[in-house]
Order: sequence, then structure tokens, then C-alpha cells
Amino acid sequence: MIEKEKEPKTEEFEPKIVGFLCNWCSYAGADLAGTSRIQYPPNVRIIRVMCSGSVDSMYILRALLEGADGVFIGGCHPGDCHYIDGNYKARRRIVLLKDILNTFGIEKERVWVRWISASEGQKFAETMREMTEEIRKLGPNPIAKQWNI
Amino acid sequence: MAKKSDKIGAVAVVGGGITGIQAALDLADMGFKVYLLEKSSAIGGVMAQLDKTFPTNDCSMCILSPKLVDCARHVNIELFTNTEVQKIEGKPGNFIVKALKKPRYVDMEKCTSCGSCEEVCPIKLPNLFEHGLSDRKAIYKLYPQAIPNAYVIDKEGDGKHRGCVNCMKCTDVCEVGAINHDEKPENLKLNVGAVIVATGSQPFNPVIKPEFGYKKYQNVMTSVEFERVLSASGPFEGKILRPSDKKTPKKIAWVHCVGSRDKSVEHEYCSSMCCMYTAKEAVIAKEHDADIEPTVFYIDIRSFGKDFDKYIDRAKREHGLRYVRSRISEIVENQKTKDLVIRYEDDSGELKEETFNLVVLSVGLCIAEEQRNELIGRLGFETNEFGFVYTNPDDPVVLKPGIFVAGSFLEPQAIPESVMQASAAAANAAALLKDVRGTLVKEKQYPAERDVSGEKPRVGVFVCHCGINIGGYVDVPAVVKFAKSLDDVAYAEANLYTCSEDTQKKIVNAIKKHNLNRILVAACTPRTHEPLFQKSLRDAGLNPYLLEMTNIREQCSWVHMDKPKEATDKAKQLVAMTVAKIRFLQPIQEAEIPVTQKALVIGGGIAGMTAALSLADQGYETALVEKEQVLGGYLNKVYYTVEGIEIDQLLKETVEKVQKHDIIKVYTGSSLVSLNGYVGSYESEIKTPKGTANFNHGIIVVTVGADEYKPNSYLYGKNPQVFTQSELEKKLSECLPEDIHDGETFVMIQCVESRDEQRPYCSRICCMQAVKNAIRIKELNPRAEVFVLYRDLMTYGFKEKFYKTAREKGVMFLQYDAEKKPIVSANDDGLVVKMFEPMLQRELRIPVDTLVLSTGLQPNLDNSVIAQMLKVPVNDDGFFLEAHVKLRPVDFSTRGVFVAGNCHMPKFIGESIYQAQAAAARAATILAQPKLAAEPNIAVVDEDMCSGCKLCISVCPYNAIDSVEEKINGKTVVRARVNEGLCQGCGVCVATCPSGAMQQRGFKDEQILPMVEETV
Repeated sequence: MIEKEKEPKTEEFEPKIVGFLCNWCSYAGADLAGTSRIQYPPNVRIIRVMCSGSVDSMYILRALLEGADGVFIGGCHPGDCHYIDGNYKARRRIVLLKDILNTFGIEKERVWVRWISASEGQKFAETMREMTEEIRKLGPNPIAKQWNI
Repeated sequence: MAKKSDKIGAVAVVGGGITGIQAALDLADMGFKVYLLEKSSAIGGVMAQLDKTFPTNDCSMCILSPKLVDCARHVNIELFTNTEVQKIEGKPGNFIVKALKKPRYVDMEKCTSCGSCEEVCPIKLPNLFEHGLSDRKAIYKLYPQAIPNAYVIDKEGDGKHRGCVNCMKCTDVCEVGAINHDEKPENLKLNVGAVIVATGSQPFNPVIKPEFGYKKYQNVMTSVEFERVLSASGPFEGKILRPSDKKTPKKIAWVHCVGSRDKSVEHEYCSSMCCMYTAKEAVIAKEHDADIEPTVFYIDIRSFGKDFDKYIDRAKREHGLRYVRSRISEIVENQKTKDLVIRYEDDSGELKEETFNLVVLSVGLCIAEEQRNELIGRLGFETNEFGFVYTNPDDPVVLKPGIFVAGSFLEPQAIPESVMQASAAAANAAALLKDVRGTLVKEKQYPAERDVSGEKPRVGVFVCHCGINIGGYVDVPAVVKFAKSLDDVAYAEANLYTCSEDTQKKIVNAIKKHNLNRILVAACTPRTHEPLFQKSLRDAGLNPYLLEMTNIREQCSWVHMDKPKEATDKAKQLVAMTVAKIRFLQPIQEAEIPVTQKALVIGGGIAGMTAALSLADQGYETALVEKEQVLGGYLNKVYYTVEGIEIDQLLKETVEKVQKHDIIKVYTGSSLVSLNGYVGSYESEIKTPKGTANFNHGIIVVTVGADEYKPNSYLYGKNPQVFTQSELEKKLSECLPEDIHDGETFVMIQCVESRDEQRPYCSRICCMQAVKNAIRIKELNPRAEVFVLYRDLMTYGFKEKFYKTAREKGVMFLQYDAEKKPIVSANDDGLVVKMFEPMLQRELRIPVDTLVLSTGLQPNLDNSVIAQMLKVPVNDDGFFLEAHVKLRPVDFSTRGVFVAGNCHMPKFIGESIYQAQAAAARAATILAQPKLAAEPNIAVVDEDMCSGCKLCISVCPYNAIDSVEEKINGKTVVRARVNEGLCQGCGVCVATCPSGAMQQRGFKDEQILPMVEETV
């Protein structure tokens, strides 16, 4: 495991989270959280993709290696994928990726996959709150920016 | 050769509110020329005056604006403003519409809307768009985003105030010479095949109810005025101030049913939308200022629409709305403080009073005297007892042959119903004129696309204030300044509303002036507004896919309302991320796919049959699949109505028409077993009693219905005296008067296992069903006793009159509280219902002969199966979820799939009929086109990098990838190849490709990874 000086875990630590949301369900759910004015912490930066199944492992790794403290992947509920079964493919791929993450010294708990439908604005906001808190507890990503040394 | 039709492929739409706009857009997209006639100087109607819309709290202008712009840009819509219809002559298929176009005195072609004229104009008049809460000049623009985006001169004034005095200052200052004070009125004669009337109604003027003190006390205002108070572009710039002292009121009261459900003003109907807009106004007011204490004085909370109950619940729980069931006797002013004292009788009959800083009267809608005399009288339309036009309940949008009606001109109603009727009217017109479709239309011509390859990226950034929706929480000027500092950003500006028509012109001009080749719009969600901005790029000669939006509203300002600094930082970073991506965007040319001009309708109830008939009448071959052995669906369980629909006849005639139609293929006892393809080109496999049938089609309409919920409580199924409403209805339909004896007691309990935690929705129809059955019992034997125990009686719109009829016939309506539900017990003497009666403040005990439970409808359990097959969503309650609750009520987000009837939400027969026709109209906008543009964001293969491993082929859900063998230097190599027509652009193959050869257009690694890097 790569040694890294951990920054002191203070109340001030604001985790940086990158979110990949599928256009049809999770991104729409995040929009609904907005139209319903459901408040959540401003820690996530959302990147819209067409399907959770298109989220390349490389995107997730790159985000973590660049210093993101958490990566969120949001897709349609099982069976509801707009593209038939892209979310199942995402799930399989990310299960494997999580195993590999340990090798890099990154806690696999930094990567979250959740199914959020277009009608679940509340669930999206809750998930963002929960994830921000969990990642805050984990502290800063230990491997940030170490890969290019 | 076929006989040449004398029909005309053009339609006049009268009224440019949201209803007229929707009808115009649908017809123009279906291949008809449209003349849109509007009395005022701009289209948009009442919706343009609203701040937000329920139940999503969407900004009204934001969702309306793209439609306004579409109307202005559509080559087949011709707009006539300041125009009033005088006469309609001729016959269906060939009418002459005579109209008077009053002078605007400003040349719309020349006017640049710069506003110099307004500055110099010396004349001030009350601004009627702001309901007189502010002033405007004699030369003015109706509202900032007005379409047509041009000024107009008011020469007439309003009686009290004079208009233009011909001082010519505006003429002198106008640099483009747009002003012509001598313009004369013009008589128009439009030759059309059909007419759609959508002129709307008017808010009730409470001056004639002196007890409310409107216009007498400064701090009593109407709800329509309060909408403008809430609006960021309104008279107080979105600050909640009361008129007397321009201070923020703390205690605000809303008073329901002003001018509705009121015999004294001859408005004995419910205006349907006031309960909900009141809750919305209170919630939004609270959002503006958390210290506000909202109180609502009400009779019933009529939250009968989709997700309305949940909205009211949240309003109470999260925003602290206080509801007081009451009757108001009077409102008086404290002359010193200008506060208002409301005197009322609460639900226990006790007289009370309470002081408020501001009172808002929730006014209903009515047909104003002048509207009745002018338009309705002049055109000779039949009216009902309330002065609204009359249509047959089972043919709701047909006013006369060839003349159709939609919106609140027909009945007071909210936006979704109006929009559905608009599309339904369009479907009816399109059926009448099917032979002449496409005869008078032109195709939109865009300028040739500029070749930007080889150009260095020059990004233009447009950051939207969205009134105060973004600007109130995000420091927009700071975001613009930040954007300017980014590499490759050549231009950046802020807009009040980036989606408005004048901003589209600004974008086009900026692209040309600054030689921009990438456009970034930082505003709302691309899911609703991307197509609008893409068109602006096309108008400027840029490929539309050089646009990227970033969402700083739904996903930033609206979710970080209490953190302006963080929200601004986030907005900046989102802009930086998007600039990082946009540099690498490339033009995309979509493939064209041929459209199979046929339709599949799933579900053969009244909605399904109506949709099939409407599509077939428009000339599109349709397959109708019904799982039961007979057509009719839930209609088979309805026996009679009170609105005048003869159920037997309707059912028999509709089934006959469907079965005899040349181009409808009916599959009963059948179900859809597999579906392949995409919009324009579907292949279905239908399991029928005679084996499997295959059908190719371009669109799908889902009308699978719903069924009555069977309860588990109140001894249902255990005691033979307990029935559901539908079971009672069947029994009553077979009853003779002597079957019901004197004094026989019926008790109906409403909202049984409905509007609770398990089923948190109102089924809309059950109150009326109870009223209907109660009237039936009383008609059979007036000496029978009928009690209806209800929570809120949802007899909305004109249905209110049947509630009155029932009361007049002696039906007892007793209100119960959700917390204190009636209790039913059975003993040797029979059934007994006990309930707490708030008026008497004691428990009532009613011995019962027949107990009737109103349980509402529940969605079909197999909705989720259909949803999965069609890739469309259902909501938490199991009903299908439309693309947008207000403006796309029959579309799914998935292009090419539409919904109607009870599977969307419970509704009445007439509502199912017009919704089904609406679905057919929306479907026809696709079917009318021989070709559609295919999905742009498809996968592409870099052949040099492809190793031919075929992993992509194995993961593709659409079999859109195959492999080809090529000989290169004598060696055979295998390459993946994407079929452009089949690829739907999910990108799964991209994530699977080990060599990076597979990339998705618009989401390439080189586009996404820079975004990722910019996030941290």
C-alpha cells in the first residue's frame, strides 16, 4: 500500500464526489430533487452519461487517481434500464473494479452504485446526503495525485 | 385518379395561450398549415403570468418558453396577434375565418426590441399583465419574453387612462424606423379546413363580493395578482411585499372558493385548480421567506390530480401550511395597521376571528360577460348553465362539425387537461383533413453548416439567471466572469432567461459576430431545453451537436438554496468541466431512419379504442391488443352516468366502429410477448388465441387501464351487506323502485384504504361515483336514507352541480377526519357505523342496511411487465409516469411511446377519451413523417485500433454490431462495425472495449476524461 500522509480528519473536510448519472433515470431523479427543492450537500459534481453501463472503469479509476474522494454511479432500477440491461453490466463491472481498488490502496467504500428512478428525487437527495457523510467519515482519498509520481 | 378534395390542409387556432400553442404545434408537426390568432399583442396566455406550476414547482415561464420559441420559429405556423375572430363561414373541411387584425403600430420585422421607445414615451398606464400592480408605457412589450418579440402601441387606453397621444417621441428615437402611427386595421380572410377555439376564460373579479373587501382594502389581493408578486420579473421583483406599505407580510391567509361553488354569483361550479395553486403559492411564498406563516381557509381540499395529495401533504408537513376548514363571513381592515381581520365559522360551527397582514383570494375562473357576448354570441356556440360552451361528454372537444374546442374555454381546469384537450382537438382536425395533409406545408430550411474542422475551439458561454431561480442563489455575474477566464472561451454573457426568443437571436448573433464554434449554456436541465438551443445553433449555421448544457438549476441552485457561496463555486466548476468537454466536441450527422407509419395500441378499453379510432381515422393502420376476450375494459363495469353518457350505447358503438374499421386490426384475448426496435421501427410479437402474430409499427400507445381496488377492511368479503361502489352500481342498475324500501339505509364511506400511507393517491372518480349512486338510490326511492361519509368531496369542475343535486335530494354528506376514520361493527341487529361528526362535536351511530366502500382504482399489477418491455417508467403508486406532468401529459420520455386512460391515473370517461385522442395526435406527429433522424450519440469504431475481439458484439443489447473481414496487405483482419440505424447509443460497448477503439459520439473518452479531471 502506498504510504501517504493523511490529512487530519477535521469537521472541515468536504469530500469531493464525482457522480456518473444515466440520462433516463438517475439524472432525471436528480432533476426531480431540484424541482422539488430537496436540499442536499453541494459535494457532488454530476457528469451525465446515457447509461450506467457506459461508465468505463477507467473513468472511475481516473477520478479516484485524480483525487476524488468518492465516485457515485447512478442507474435505472434492475429491469428498468432504458437500454434493456446496461445497469446489470455496470453492476458486474463495478463489483470487479471494487476488488481491484484494494490493490491500489483505495477503500472500495469510496465507490457507490445505486439505482435511482426518474421519480425518486427524494431518494437521490438522501443518497447524496448519506454518501457525503460516509465519505467524510472515511476521510480524504489516500491515493490522490500519487499515481503520476 | 381520385377526386380532388375541396378540403383545405390548414387549421385556424383561435387563442394563443398554452392550449392554442399546443394545438398549433401538434398540427404543424402533423403536416398542416396553422394560423394562430391571438387577441393580445403576444402569445403565452395566463401561463406566462404564472410564477411556478404545481405539483413539480417548475418555473412556469421556463417550461413555456421553449414552446413559445417553437411557435415563433415553426415554418408552418403563421402568427396573428392583436387579432379577433369575427365570423366563421363555410362547412367542415372548408371554412372561411374572418378576423380583424388591429394595428400594432410597430413593424414586427424591423423592431429589435431595444426598448428606446419605451424610455422616451411620456404616457403611463396600469400594466394589465401585472394586474395593475405596476405601470407600463403606452408603447410596451406585454412581458419580457413576449412572442412576437416586438413592441406595441396602446392608442386606446383603458377608459380611465388615455393611451398614446401621438407625440412621436418613439418615432424619433427608433433607429430602425419600425414605428408607424398610421397603421390601419386589416380584415383577414383565412381559408381553413378546421377551427380550434381555445380562447380561455377569465379570473373571477371579487369586487362583486363586498364581504371580502377586494379593491376596498389595499392588502386584499387575488391569487392571480399574487402570482405576479411571486414572479422574479413581476412588479416587486420576486420579493413578497404587501401593497399598502411594501413590507414583507408575516401572516398571510388564502381564502378558497372565491367566485366558485357560490350560488350568490351564479357560479355553482368548482374551478378545479384553485386548491392546488393556493398550496403552491403558499409553499413558494414560504420558500421566498421562511418567516411567512401561511394559513388556508377552505371547504374541501380538492387534490384530485396525479401526485396532488402528496403535494398537499408535503405543504403541510414541510412548509407548515395551516389548513382551517371554515366558512368566511367577512374580512375587515384595521385602519391603523392595514392588517385584516378574517371573521369565520370553523367546522364546529364556532365563530372566530384572526388577524393577517395580507389576504389572498383564491379566485376561480369564469366566462366574462364580454366574452359571452362577443365570441360565443357572435359565433353561435351552444352554452351550458354556467356560460361555458357545451360539448357532448363522450365527444368532449367537438363543438360543431369541424370546429373543436380545448382548454378553460370549455371548463375551468389546470394546464395538463388543457394541453391534452389541445392535442385531442388537433387529432380531430387531423382526422377531418387527412386527405389534404401535407398539401400546404413547407419544410424548414436551415443555413448550410459551417465546417469547423481545423478551427481552434472558440467557446461562447451563456449563463442563465432564470429570473431568480438561478440568479437568486448563484452569483451569475461571477460565473460569467469566471467563464471568461477559461481557456478557449471567446465570449460569455448572462441572460435573464436564456431560453427566451430574444436570447436565441443573441446566441445566433454572437456565434456570427465572435466566430464561435462551441456553445455552452449554463442553465436548467438538458433533458428539457437541449433541443431549443440546438435549433439556435442550426439557425447560426453550426452543427447542433456543438452545443453542451450544464445544469446549474435543478442540480445546483435549487438544491443548495441556503448555501449561495457553495452553489456559486459549484456552478463555476460545472462550467469549467463543461468547457473541458466542449473543446473536444465534433459535429455529428445523424442517420435517417424510415418510419413504419403504423401504430400499436395496447389495451382495448375506452382509451385504447378511442386512440385506435383516432389514429386510423387519420389514416394510420393500427393494431389494437386486448388481453380480455372482449373490448371495453373498465367500461364493462360502468352501468350509467349522471353527465348524460349512455354507457351501453357508447360501448356498443365504439366497439362496432373499431371492429368495422378498414385499417384497425383487433387482437382480443391477446398479449404483447416481445418487442424489438425503436421509435419509427418497432417489431412486435403478439400472442393470440390463433397463434403468434407479427406486427411492424412506428409508435406505441399504452392504454392498459386500471381496476377497482378490493379492500381488506370494514368487513368487506365477510359480511353480505358490504359492497364496493362498483358492486353497488351493478346492483342498482338491475334494481326496480320496489326493491328499495322506505327507510332503507345506505352508508357510503369514501377514501377506504385510499389517500393513506399504503395508497397515497386520490382516485379522482370515487366521490362522483358515490354522488351518482346516491342520486340513483334517491331516484329509485326518495324515502331511502343515504349517508356519504367523506374526507374531501372531489366533485371538481361542473361535477359540483351533481353534488348539489344529491344534497337537494336529501343525501346526507358527513365529513370525517383522516385521523378519525368511521368504525363499522356487526352484531345481531346488523351493521352499525360510528363516526365523529365535527359539526355536532359528537359521535354518530348509524344502523346500516347496505354499507358501500369507495376504494378507488389501483394500477394493473402487470404494468411493471409492460413498463420493462417498453422501457418506460411507472411512479411510486404503479401508474405510468409521463415525460412531464404539465406540458407532456401523454408522452413518455422514451420517444415514440405514449400513454392514455386509467393506467396514467384514474379518470372519467370523457377525460380518457380526450387523453386518448391527445396520445393519437402526439403519435401522429411522428407517424406523419416518412423519415426520422436516428439517435445521434451512437457508437463509432476506430478501425485502426479495433483488434476484432468481438466483445462489443456480445454485450450489445440491440444486435447493432457485427464483424467484417477485410484484407489488408494480404492478411485477413476482423473489425467491428456499427449499424447506425440499430444503435441506440447506450455506450455499453464503449465501456467493454479493451482497446479503446469503440467510442460514443458526444461521450467519447477524450470528452469525458477532461471533465473528470476538472472535477477535482
